[in-house]
Amino acid sequence: MCVDFVRTGAGKGAVAAVLAAFALAGAGCEERSALKRPAHGAGGGGETEVILCDGSTPGAVAAAATGQVLADSLMDQWKRAHPERDWVEVEKEQHELKPPADNSALLKGGQGPEHPYGRVTKQELLLWARETEKFVVEGSRIFHSAELLGSTVAVSCDMCHPHAANTHPETYPKYQTQLGRAVLLRDMIEWCIENPVRGAHLSGDDPRMRALEAYIIAQRSGTVMVYGKH
Amino acid sequence: MKIKHKSVETRYMEARREFFNGLARVDRRSFLKISAAAAGAAAASGLIPYHSFQPVAVAAEAQPAFKFAYISDSHLYEKHINDRFVRSLLRAVEDVNALDPQPDFVLYGGDLAQLGRPKELKLGAEILKGVKAPLRMMVGEHDWYLDLGAQWRELFGAPTYSFDHKGVHFVTLNSVVERDFWTARGLTPMQRMMTVAGLDNGVQSPFSVGAEQLEWLRNDLAGVAPTTPVVVFSHSPLYKLYKKWNFWTDDAEDVQALLARFANVTVIHGHTHQILTNRIGSIHFHGVLATAWPWPYAPEGLPELTIQMSRPDPFNPMDGCGNGEVHVHADGLVDKVYNLWNRAPIIVGRRYLVSNGKEAVPPAPNRISY
Repeated sequence: MCVDFVRTGAGKGAVAAVLAAFALAGAGCEERSALKRPAHGAGGGGETEVILCDGSTPGAVAAAATGQVLADSLMDQWKRAHPERDWVEVEKEQHELKPPADNSALLKGGQGPEHPYGRVTKQELLLWARETEKFVVEGSRIFHSAELLGSTVAVSCDMCHPHAANTHPETYPKYQTQLGRAVLLRDMIEWCIENPVRGAHLSGDDPRMRALEAYIIAQRSGTVMVYGKH
Repeated sequence: MKIKHKSVETRYMEARREFFNGLARVDRRSFLKISAAAAGAAAASGLIPYHSFQPVAVAAEAQPAFKFAYISDSHLYEKHINDRFVRSLLRAVEDVNALDPQPDFVLYGGDLAQLGRPKELKLGAEILKGVKAPLRMMVGEHDWYLDLGAQWRELFGAPTYSFDHKGVHFVTLNSVVERDFWTARGLTPMQRMMTVAGLDNGVQSPFSVGAEQLEWLRNDLAGVAPTTPVVVFSHSPLYKLYKKWNFWTDDAEDVQALLARFANVTVIHGHTHQILTNRIGSIHFHGVLATAWPWPYAPEGLPELTIQMSRPDPFNPMDGCGNGEVHVHADGLVDKVYNLWNRAPIIVGRRYLVSNGKEAVPPAPNRISY
């Protein structure tokens, strides 16, 4: 079992948090060398110090523990060290998000096993949906947080745009009369961050910008695109 | 030599002079004439007419028995955190203080603070001390859910009360009662407040008036004759518009049932930060503007009588914000004045609602919410 994801943190840039992987006997967690194994409990007692799979949290497991007991012990320690571990579910509960498109029709029919593009598994669909949704959920987290947006005046996007209302991503590119040029959605996001939100410049490549775009576009799922519309 | 061409400025100043001279000898006939002059002056200047030129629509109707003003939804942070919302409230106070004649009182429509912190509420109270007319306070959810009303009560007293004024019975409710969603989740007071402060946060519960206040209202109205005009102040709309943003009161039907026996009832509510109009039987509902920011219109459930305000311009932080007046007629129905700071004011009149939207229709916008 291995669950990896990349999440944007509140600070500078992206913070990579690599989670779990409990094939413990193997490479899942790093044992801090046998030298650190405490000497007490020679009869199978004692603990082994480990670094959990996030690469930073120190932990310890019973030296004699194996299999499920060992995995449970590590999972329990990791959960305690990461109170925000359910951030996707928490965010989805707080701020209703539109689900990604249902692609289950791809499981039916197809042109047969000799046509590779016709072969789609349930697991793939799950992966597509989960990864896409996570991108959007991260955008929602930022959209709703003055802190993550870097606001100096405690203003977040949702204060004017609940559920991303009135952001109309489907109308871009368009001529933004106030700016005197044709712009993309991200230009308006950037304008909002620098002005009402009073945050620092956010480049178009910034992971936060990408996540915000993902969220805003996702919230208008099903809307007809009409670029240039005022 | 006679000057053939007059500049825009000259024509404007002439029209303006005629308007102000005309005011001194105003009767109904000359009023219409100077109204036209005022409109001419505004048109010549290329400007949207000023607020002071606007009584035209009101003057055509019966004169109201009295007026009160409103300020609402200021969402104050401490000024070192965010001074914009503070300046907006100060502007609203200046506006109502400049009204001549002065309103009989000023309603504060709730959400004085953003996160219910004592310093936010105290700052608001301090600013509102500058209001010259008597002040009537109403509570909003942003004022309440940090300490469940402790600081607000200390500053402003009980959130539920009634009073009589010039033959009208006024009732103020706390319509933002939420059922306890925080204890089971183990939320801190600030986490509870932050949850409620998010308009689109679905963890909170729907607003309600609650059994206790319904009982209070039943008793309060018991001695009031059905012919007495009743005006109710509530922070949330006392009907069900859009649950996901709490543009909603869960027990609205129970409140409406208690009000149904009165010939004319007006409900003035905050929370929605926009021009909002509804009528259910004999109950007329009017939203108020915020001083802090405008909300978009709900994606569904908008009452048919609502004529939206044009979509606000984000490049003008004051656009879509403002304050206003309520002109109360003898029958208790009102002309609702939305004093939009960046635009001509819009009046949603008594006649518009009485005629079910057929007469005195307010101007329709060309840019509505997406």
